[in-house]
Amino acid sequence: MSQELSIEELEKRFQEKIDAEIKIEPNDWMPDDYRKTLIRQISQHAHSEIVGMLPEGNWITRAPSLRRKAVLLAKVQDEAGHGLYLYSAAETLGADREETIDDLHSGKAKYSSIFNYPTLSWADMGTIGWLVDGAAIMNQVPLCRCSYGPYARAMVRVCKEESFHQRQGFEIVTKLAQGTPEQKEMAQDSLNRWWWPSLMMFGPSDADSQHTAQSMKWKIKRNTNDDLRQQFVDITVPQAELIGLTIPDPDLKWNEERQSYDFGEINWDEFNQVIRGNGPCNKKRIEDRRNAKENGKWVREAALAHAEKRKMKKAV
Amino acid sequence: MEEKKALFEYLLRLGDDSLILGQRLSEWCGHGPILEEDIAMTNIALDLIGQATNLFEYASSLGVDKRSADELAFVRYEKDYRNLLLVEQENTDFGYTLARQFLFDAFRKPFFEALSQSSDQQLAAIAEKSLKETKYHLQHSSEWMIRLGDGTDESHERIQQAVNQLWAYTEEIFEQDQIDQQLIQAGIAVDLSVIRASWTKQVQAVFSEAGIDLPQNTWQQKGGRQGKHTEHMGYLLAEMQFMQRAYPQMEW
Repeated sequence: MSQELSIEELEKRFQEKIDAEIKIEPNDWMPDDYRKTLIRQISQHAHSEIVGMLPEGNWITRAPSLRRKAVLLAKVQDEAGHGLYLYSAAETLGADREETIDDLHSGKAKYSSIFNYPTLSWADMGTIGWLVDGAAIMNQVPLCRCSYGPYARAMVRVCKEESFHQRQGFEIVTKLAQGTPEQKEMAQDSLNRWWWPSLMMFGPSDADSQHTAQSMKWKIKRNTNDDLRQQFVDITVPQAELIGLTIPDPDLKWNEERQSYDFGEINWDEFNQVIRGNGPCNKKRIEDRRNAKENGKWVREAALAHAEKRKMKKAV
Repeated sequence: MEEKKALFEYLLRLGDDSLILGQRLSEWCGHGPILEEDIAMTNIALDLIGQATNLFEYASSLGVDKRSADELAFVRYEKDYRNLLLVEQENTDFGYTLARQFLFDAFRKPFFEALSQSSDQQLAAIAEKSLKETKYHLQHSSEWMIRLGDGTDESHERIQQAVNQLWAYTEEIFEQDQIDQQLIQAGIAVDLSVIRASWTKQVQAVFSEAGIDLPQNTWQQKGGRQGKHTEHMGYLLAEMQFMQRAYPQMEW
């Protein structure tokens, strides 16, 4: 039937479906740009999960107790799992997993810039859970209602696990903030380093965001970057106060009129530098991922060769 | 030796095997050859750390001294760790990691089967839980031994090389001393000479399917159970104990 309809008509029907909150499924007609936008966003998201394993993986071997080691292992394993089903969601749109990963390695595809910052102390395991996963949840909860069915469904599961990650992170930081002076200092130092990069996770300011308007019309995105950022600040500031840590922003102030916090200007130069590949760990992160793929080549080849031989044997 | 002290020592040996191998495997996190294997290795590391936790908590509860499970895991000196030399060997590559895992899993499965019959109920319960996990670990490592042995010329050569190198640490698995004897008589510990045949059978079966030759070298290294480790152990502990050493006596 679809061959008989003009592109304009197809687009009109597509938008009507979106407006009526009917999910788009893999075999439905969709505009090329909708498909491209989703592939870009979902694979970026998958890459972020996979690259995000590295800064936390950095502390598994040094976790300070058996329980913390086990929880951190489980958390990083969850992230690998999120990566897997997000790559699968991207595959429903025709994106090949290996090609997508190659785009990450060549620098063509992006991932969340936050993972280009180094994890320098145990407290960073807490702060990442508390702030980074906290910010990720704010970004991701609306994605559970995303117009594209497979992505929306994947996000339901991702969000459940992320909210557990956020709580365990806050628990680590709380424990430190209530601990010895050295532990409290470790927690404050960590907050100082991660606060601003966490605010940058919501992306450029609405005025400068390339994709926001179209993505909102397609209901891939439900809130603007600045709205989500404000929500994050409003939720996080009282949490810091509760455990006696100070947000490193001299301009942070409660605004009675807006019933919201005013906060200082984000350093957009730094944001742009990190996106361009000049953050503290960009090169290391990509190099680690490339090495993993390169060093594992013989293993993947062996698995394929063995599967082939087995098939041949069965055929005989 | 007082039976409680012998049991304490026995628990440390078992706990250290799990802890040190779990520590080694967790080094892979984020660097696996495929995402599915990253998940699998992390999962196995998680099981091993869980086993170590159960064993150290039990050891700590015996009241032989005042150390907590975490203190037992993190603040002993190198010579006080009792793990097999096999489990502290470096990851080197995926082949070495899998060969090490397979040689250990092939031992751990019959070991936990036997230990689940222990007259010590707590130990039997830990063994039963660990056995469920170990069955999966052994299946996973056996399948990979076969894939790598049978796969390509390169993978065959690499896995054979790994097996040849690690073979020197296999005899130690079945070493027994007075502590073992005492606890075997009490019906608590596993007689390793009894389960050895099961290990050999599993190893031979998988090697045969994988086309891996059984190493002929009789050169063997021992000493882990007495705290005489290989040079790798110090670095592993330096990393694992970093927080406890840099910030002593704190809660995390």
